[in-house]
Order: sequence, then structure tokens, then C-alpha cells
Amino acid sequence: MIKIAKATVLNLHINGEYREVLVKPSDTLLYTLRNLLGLTGAKPGCENGDCGACTVLIDNRPIKSCLILTVETIGKRILTIEGLKDVPIQKSFVENWGFQCGYCTSGFLMVCHSLAQIHPNANDHTIEEWLQSNLCRCTGYEEIENAIKSILTGTVRT
Amino acid sequence: MIPFNFEYYKPKTIEEAVDLFNSLKSAGKKPVYYGGGTEIISMARVHNVHMDAVIDIKGIPECNVHEVKDGELIIGSGVTLTEIAELNFFPLLSLTIKRIADHTVQGKITLGGNLMGPIIYKEASLPLMASNSKVIIAGRNGKRKVLVRDIYDKEKGLNPCEMIVQIVVEDKFLNLPYAHVKRTKNEKIDYPLITIVGLKDEKKISFAFSGICEYPFRSPKMEDVLNNNSISVNKRIKKAITNIPGKILNDLNGSSEYRKFMLHTMLKEALLDFQEVE
Repeated sequence: MIKIAKATVLNLHINGEYREVLVKPSDTLLYTLRNLLGLTGAKPGCENGDCGACTVLIDNRPIKSCLILTVETIGKRILTIEGLKDVPIQKSFVENWGFQCGYCTSGFLMVCHSLAQIHPNANDHTIEEWLQSNLCRCTGYEEIENAIKSILTGTVRT
Repeated sequence: MIPFNFEYYKPKTIEEAVDLFNSLKSAGKKPVYYGGGTEIISMARVHNVHMDAVIDIKGIPECNVHEVKDGELIIGSGVTLTEIAELNFFPLLSLTIKRIADHTVQGKITLGGNLMGPIIYKEASLPLMASNSKVIIAGRNGKRKVLVRDIYDKEKGLNPCEMIVQIVVEDKFLNLPYAHVKRTKNEKIDYPLITIVGLKDEKKISFAFSGICEYPFRSPKMEDVLNNNSISVNKRIKKAITNIPGKILNDLNGSSEYRKFMLHTMLKEALLDFQEVE
């Protein structure tokens, strides 16, 4: 049984490397990433699981880091926007003007990257279903949709 | 950020989890069983819930089972809504849970967490109630099996020391014709104003409801009326609404009168899905 009763040093697998960090059982992953590890790419928005600005990937699946305790990620692979290097969705966001103020962008990129990996043949319904998890207050949804579709070009079924 | 601390435990067996819960309680602490934790974390952040320890049940093998075996669908309480939707053994359940929160959050919410979390709607329970599904509960005196529709009953339901291990659905219910109707106050992704599910076998349609009372429910009286083909659909619905088994919610999402109005429309829509309305 895992028992963590007080602040404890954990060895977390983040962006392809192990990082030691002292966390309390009640620390959310968002807090640990930003305040203890200096990985500020995951953004605090609502901190209530609504906006998706803090989305990271845990074992390749999107998770809102405000809704997961850091201790739950022991033994799992965490990928943040800082670990996403030169993947097609980043270029596609630039080419399609998929961001305006940029605050929501890291969350959208993580969801889109995961979607492209898990459903390379995603249809419009699946794209909409996945992207509904994130909010863009600049309302740049059309461009974001174009960005994800452009990397699925040739495989998108409508 | 959660503004208070607590202890975290991740047991490997049901016995470990139950013993731990009881020993923490005996020590004067307040433990909670922890599935996906989405409701616990978001409510703890604003001091709406408080606990001294969380017992994460996701390390218990029985809580992660998800299979059809010997004529039954068995889903562990730690299985996520995303996994249930993707494997899609029970289409009505998949459809219902795909309208709970959003896609990313569905990857964190567990079935057990949705059934027993602090938020009142518990929409995943609706297809399970309509299909007479059962819950395997573990506590200090071992395991017991109860109908899903009884878990919110003060006498038959869970006592605070018990945890849900698995949900069991007979396979004859998995592919029956169904209806799912959900209305929210504004946005598509939101808690329900009302959600209705219906499941039709050769004899009748079973209905379950969320968002009408402070708990999800199935009502034999309402079902009898709604299945009475000798009277018109409008009369059936009007009579069913008079048999709602509890106080109708009256809050910022909708007044009780508005909920009754919407329920009428939504029941008609559900009956239309079953071709009960011409």
C-alpha cells in the first residue's frame, strides 16, 4: 500500500526525465508543476476543471492538472507543453493562426496532440467532442479546429 | 490549490481499504474513499468538503475490472467514464456518461465516484437503475449486493464505512432499445436541468430521472402510468408528473414549475423515441 501522510519527496517522470520534488498529499499537479518545478506552461484558469488551460498528458491521455493530485501520478508519464517539441500540431497552430492571446494555447495543444496520436482518423464529431473540453475566451475556435484538421488532412472523415 | 492537507493512501486490496477506513475513523479522523477525485478536489478547493485522509481505490484490481463474463457486464468502481464509453458494452450507459462533464474530465471521473460523489445528479446511475443493475459493496462485514436504485436509500444504501467495488449489469439489458434526453440551463456541457433515460424490453419501458429531486430515482408509480397505453400520451405524462416521488428542486437552474414543464416536453420526446407518440 502506498502511504503518504506528510510532505514527501517523489520521483516523478516528467517530459522524459525523472524529477525529484517535495510534495504534500493535497498538492494538485498544477500547483506542483508551476510552483515547485517551474513548469509554467500549464496555465491556471478556473482551477475547477472547466477551462482546460492546465491540460497535460498523463500516459498520453489529456488530464486537467487542477483536478489530479500529484501523488496520483506516481509511476505515470507526465507530458507538459514544455516537453512537446517540434510536433506537427505546434506548426499547424502557427500556420492556421490557432491562437490570439495565447493563454489557452498550451491546453489546446496538449488535447490536439493527444487526439492526433490516439485518433489519427478522427471525424468531425470526435474532434468536436475532444475540443469541447477547452475554452478560448478570444473565441478562436474556428482557427483551432482548422489547425487540428490540417494535421489530419487526408484522413479526416466528415 | 487545496487549502488544507490530508493523508493519501493507495491500498492494493479491498480488505486493506476497508480496514484502513475503519482504523482512521476509530482514530478520530475523517477518511473518504477516492476514485477519480474530481468532485472532491474541486469542492475541497473552496472548503465545501473536508477530509483528513483519502483512500484511493484505483490500485485495487477488483475495482479496475471491465468485462462481460457469464452473462453479466462487470464494471469496477475505479473504471473511468472514458473507458466505459470507448469499450461501449452498454450503449445507453456510454451515451449517458458522454454527457457528463467534458471529454477530458471523463478520463478522470470514475463510475464509483459519479455514483457516490457529493454532487446530487449522479447521471451514470440512470441507465444502471433502468436496467435493474446491482452494486457490490464492501464493508466491515464483508461484501453485499444491492440494487443500484437502493444505494441512495438510507436503510438499504451504503453506510459511510462501505465502498463500491463493482457494478453488475445482466447482459440481456445491454442492447435493448433506449432513449436519453438531457436539458441544461444554458450550455451543452453542464449539470442537468433534467436528464431522463428509458430502456424498453418486451413488456415495458423503464425510466430513471436526474435533476428533478435531490437524488436520482426510478419510480414504479410513474412507470406504471407512462406504460398505460389505454390513455393518451399527454394524459399519461400529466399523471406521471403528479407521482414524482419527492420534493421537486426549485433553484437557480430552474423553478419547480419550470422543471415540471420541461419534464412534460422531455417525456414526450423520450416516448417519441420509442415510437409511443405518433
